[in-house]
Parts: sequence; structure tokens; C-alpha cells
Amino acid sequence: MSPRRIRFYGAAGQIGTIAVTLLGLLLLTFFIGRLMPADPVRAIVGEDATRETYEQVYRSLGLDRPLWEQFFYYLGDVFTGNFGTSIRTGQPVIQDILHVMPATIELATFAILIGAGLGIPLGVLAAVNKDRWPDHVVRVFSLFGHSMPIFWTGMIALIVFYAHLGLVGGSGRMDQFYIGLIEERTGFLLIDSLMAGEMDVFWSAVNHIILPAALLGYSSSAYITRMTRSFMLDQLGQEYVTTARVKGLSRSQTIWQHAFINIRVQLVTIIALAYGALLEGAVLIETVFAWPGFGQYLTNNLITGDMNAVMTCVLIVGIIFIGLNLLSDVLYRIFDPRTR
Amino acid sequence: MDARVQPTSRLPAPLQSLKNIVLFLLKSPTSTFGLAVLALLIVIAAFAPLIATHDPYAQDLANTLQAPGNGHLFGTDELGRDIFSRLVFGARITLTIIFLVSIVVGPIGLVIGTTAGYLGGKVDTVMMRITDIFLSFPSLILSLAFVAALGPSLNNAIIAIALTSWPPIARLARAEAMTFRKADYISAARLQGASATRIIFKSIMPMCLPSVLIRLTLNMATVILTAAGLGFLGLGAQPPLPEWGAMIATGRKYMLDSWWLVTFPGISILSVSLAFNLLGDGLRDALDPKQMNRR
Repeated sequence: MSPRRIRFYGAAGQIGTIAVTLLGLLLLTFFIGRLMPADPVRAIVGEDATRETYEQVYRSLGLDRPLWEQFFYYLGDVFTGNFGTSIRTGQPVIQDILHVMPATIELATFAILIGAGLGIPLGVLAAVNKDRWPDHVVRVFSLFGHSMPIFWTGMIALIVFYAHLGLVGGSGRMDQFYIGLIEERTGFLLIDSLMAGEMDVFWSAVNHIILPAALLGYSSSAYITRMTRSFMLDQLGQEYVTTARVKGLSRSQTIWQHAFINIRVQLVTIIALAYGALLEGAVLIETVFAWPGFGQYLTNNLITGDMNAVMTCVLIVGIIFIGLNLLSDVLYRIFDPRTR
Repeated sequence: MDARVQPTSRLPAPLQSLKNIVLFLLKSPTSTFGLAVLALLIVIAAFAPLIATHDPYAQDLANTLQAPGNGHLFGTDELGRDIFSRLVFGARITLTIIFLVSIVVGPIGLVIGTTAGYLGGKVDTVMMRITDIFLSFPSLILSLAFVAALGPSLNNAIIAIALTSWPPIARLARAEAMTFRKADYISAARLQGASATRIIFKSIMPMCLPSVLIRLTLNMATVILTAAGLGFLGLGAQPPLPEWGAMIATGRKYMLDSWWLVTFPGISILSVSLAFNLLGDGLRDALDPKQMNRR
């Protein structure tokens, strides 16, 4: 087979895999949704509905059909973008989610910049000084970040940096009196405030995002550090590194211009995956910081028992994860000449 | 049997290697710290009634939100309960979570992984696809979904965590099983007429057990953090249970004036999860043959 054909089959296989994973994802969310002990009909008709009304709603929801048939209806709904209405807000779930998503993306992007900015240099430092004290210090530092319950660190950070030192803004995305001042165009507050030319709001937003983003970034830097260290160790053990040194290149030139160049592709992959994992931390940190994003939307719906909204959130997280995995695969193919 | 043929070592082989691993771990200060914290956790949980200074559930509304000192080592909470004693009894809950998750996740991961790895082919493909689907969620989000469906309680939180943490174990067991599949002693067993089930349970699983146990230890830090996170969101242990994450959640309302309500439970969670991470880090080194020989 020609190389192009092999590539075509590789891509087709990948699309097949994604389709199967996606279907599995839908099956999983469908069945978790059916597991619930609460009666969805009662939630709609209320406690004192007559038997006839109950039956009518029961049928209109399709609950009298066999499970597999219900699943096909569910598939149809998902593919036409109909995720149902949120009981709490009365709006279509998907519209709610699109509305809260920018806040989370803003937070996660800020956090991954901090995480990568911290993790990559530390990982290189640890690899270069393997088994010496910088390696040990970096290891304990990053394991610490990996071990902390992020909701707790968030509170302690609020007590110290906000309540006592007054260095940063408290909870929320901006100071209370700025709310409603900025017209929502992109939903990304940092961009919107710049576009409106409101520098006060912009700095207030920066002041508010820095603490939660730093904590999320620190927790994700553990993974980035560890992977950077092991990728670098692989490279540093190879002969071209010795050759470069023998040729007279300085230590830092060898490290940054030879070894580091070779791990960039792998790092991009790792950062894409770390970005997805940030969503998990976001659920907890948004609760602590009253950040009006995806995580808070999810937890609010969990507490009120709005399963429609919860399951859609879970489904979307799953899809984002599959997407990020795919993205990292594609990036790998594009940037690594050996996979061509 | 002739007594002289017996090996001179007093310990049976698995215990001997366990002893070696522990000795190796004790050489590193960080792993020693991890082992010490976990030993302490077990002792505290076992002797909780003797260590606790007060009844963890006894309310004392005359002495609410007392700062540390004055007969209350870590102060009192919003209902006047002694925080130190609650933390001590909370250690039991933490250990219960660790124990129950392990005994559910270990066997599930082992059975799925070894079956897929030994049988290969279509069975392998289907089982690994299912594993991948579970892996495509972050564990906290999937646990949230399960707890939301099952209803919030400590037991449901444990079930949810177990349901989401078997995939890495299954992947590992599969990889191990695939390396043993072609071994001579497996072919010998097959030629003797042993069924696939028998080979998987009697010959493959015991070989995969050590690495599965280690992987379980590595995962425990995540399990503890997820359990605490569920407790914090009000989806895990319910009041008045002294679960550490739930204690932080109730303390949150008072955190600006009474810092001790959230500080001490948080330090407890952090120490245990850090201990597991440090121990796991040490175990990785201890079981890496390259590392073992070098030292």
C-alpha cells in the first residue's frame, strides 16, 4: 500500500474508534440517567396530579417504550442538539451551558499557562539534576501540588491572600460594583472588558482570576513536571547529546537547543491532556470561588437533582475529553516527522 | 519431605520480597515519611476511642467555635463538638473508603484485564473499548454523575469511586497478562487440558497480583481526594459523620473568623494523600529493576 493509503486507513480507523467511544459515552450517560431513584414524571406533574395526567406525561416522555427504543430517541435528540430543558432555569440546557462555558475556559486557559510555565522548566531542571537535591526538591514540590485537596487550598488561599493580606480580589469574576457594566460579546470577561476599553474592569477581572488559576495551574503542573522530566531523561541519555557536548556546545545550549527541541511534540500532547484534567479541578474550585462557570452550573444542578442538566454536562465533558485526545493525536501526527 | 531441602530463609518467598521492598523504601526519607503517616493513620483508626479526648458527636452549644486550646486541642466546631476527636474518628472513615474501594476495584480490574489479555481477539477489543469509554471521563465528574443518580451517601460515594477507578487497573492487568500468555508454563497447563477460566484464575492472576496491588496504592491518593471532594460537595458522607471533606464543607461558612474549622481537616486530607503519593513514588523506584540493581 502506498503511504497515502496507509494514512487514509489510519484516519478511517481513528474515526471508527471515536464513533464507537462516542456511542459508548451516550450509552453510559443514558443508563446513569435511568438509574436515578427520583421519578422524572413526578418532578414535572407534581405530587397531586391525577392518574390520567400522570399516565399522559409518562407516555409523552416515552417511558412506556422498551429501553432500547428510548435509547434511540435519546440518540436522535442528542444529534439534533436537543438536550432538554433545565428544570431549575427553565432554559434549554445547551443554551445554559454555552452561557457559562466561557468563564471556565478563561479560567482553565489562564491555569494551563501557569501550569506549563511552572511545570516545564521544573521538569527540565529535575531531569538535568537527576538524583541530586534540585530533583528531590522539585519532586516533593510537585507531589505536594498533586496531593492537595484543591477546594481546601482554595479556602486557605482566600483566607490568607484575600482576607488577611488583601492582595487579590475575592470570589466571583470581578468586583461586585462592576457587574453588569460590561456588555457581553464573547463571554470572555478579559476580552470583553478590553474591547469596551474598561481598564478598571479588566484589572479587577485579572485580580479575581489570578488566585483560582494559580491553584489550578499548580495542581496540574505536577503532571506536566513529571512527564517533562521523564521525556528529558530519555533525550539526555542519547548519544547525540554527548556528541553535542564533545563538539563544544555549552551545557545550556545542549539542553535547550538540542534535547528540549526534541520533546516539544510530546509536551504539546501532554498539555492538551492536562487541559482536559483541569475541568475536574474547575468543578471544585469554582464552588469555592463562586466562579459562575461550568463547574458551578454542574454542582448547582446536582444539588437540585436536575438530572437532565447533569447528564448533559457529563456528556459534554466526555466529548471535550475525546476531542482533546484526538487533538493531541493530530498534533503528534503533524509535528512528528516520523509518523508521516 | 526432607527437612534439609527447605530454604534457609524463615519467611515465605512473597513475604521475603515484601520485606525487601519495605527495607528499600526506608532508605528514602520521603517514602519513610509516607509509610509513617499511613502507619499512624492505621493506629489512630484502630484505637480511635482511646485517642479521642471527647465524644465526636457530643454537642456543647455553650462552647461553640472555641479556638484551639482550653481543653480542645484543635478547638470546637459550630455545634461545640471537639474537632480533634472528630478527626480521629474520621480516620476510620478514610480507612474504610480505602479498604472498600480496593476490594472492589482490584478484583474487577483483575478479572477484566486478565480475561481480555489472555483471550485476546474480539473479547479483548470489546473489553478495552469499554475500558476506554470509562477512561475518557475525569474520575471526579463520572463519580459525580453516579452519585447524582444513586443519591448522596457515603456508601454510594464509595460505589461511584469504585466504578470509576477500575479502568487503569484493568489496562495494567491486561498488559501483564499478555506477556504471560505465551509463557511455557501456560502452554503446559493448556496441554494438560486446563480450561481458559482455570488458567486465568490459577496461573495468570497470581502473576499479575503484585503489580495490581502497587497500582492500587498509586491510585489511592486520587481516591482519597475524590472522596473528600464528594464529601465537600455534600454528595459523600452525610452529617453528622465526621468525614474530613464534609467537615471542611460545614466549616466553610465560618472560615473567615474560625480558621481552625477548615484548617485541620484539610491538613489531614493533605497528609494522607501526600503519604500515598510519596509511597507510590518510592514503590515505583523499588520495583524498577534498573533502579534496584544500581543502588
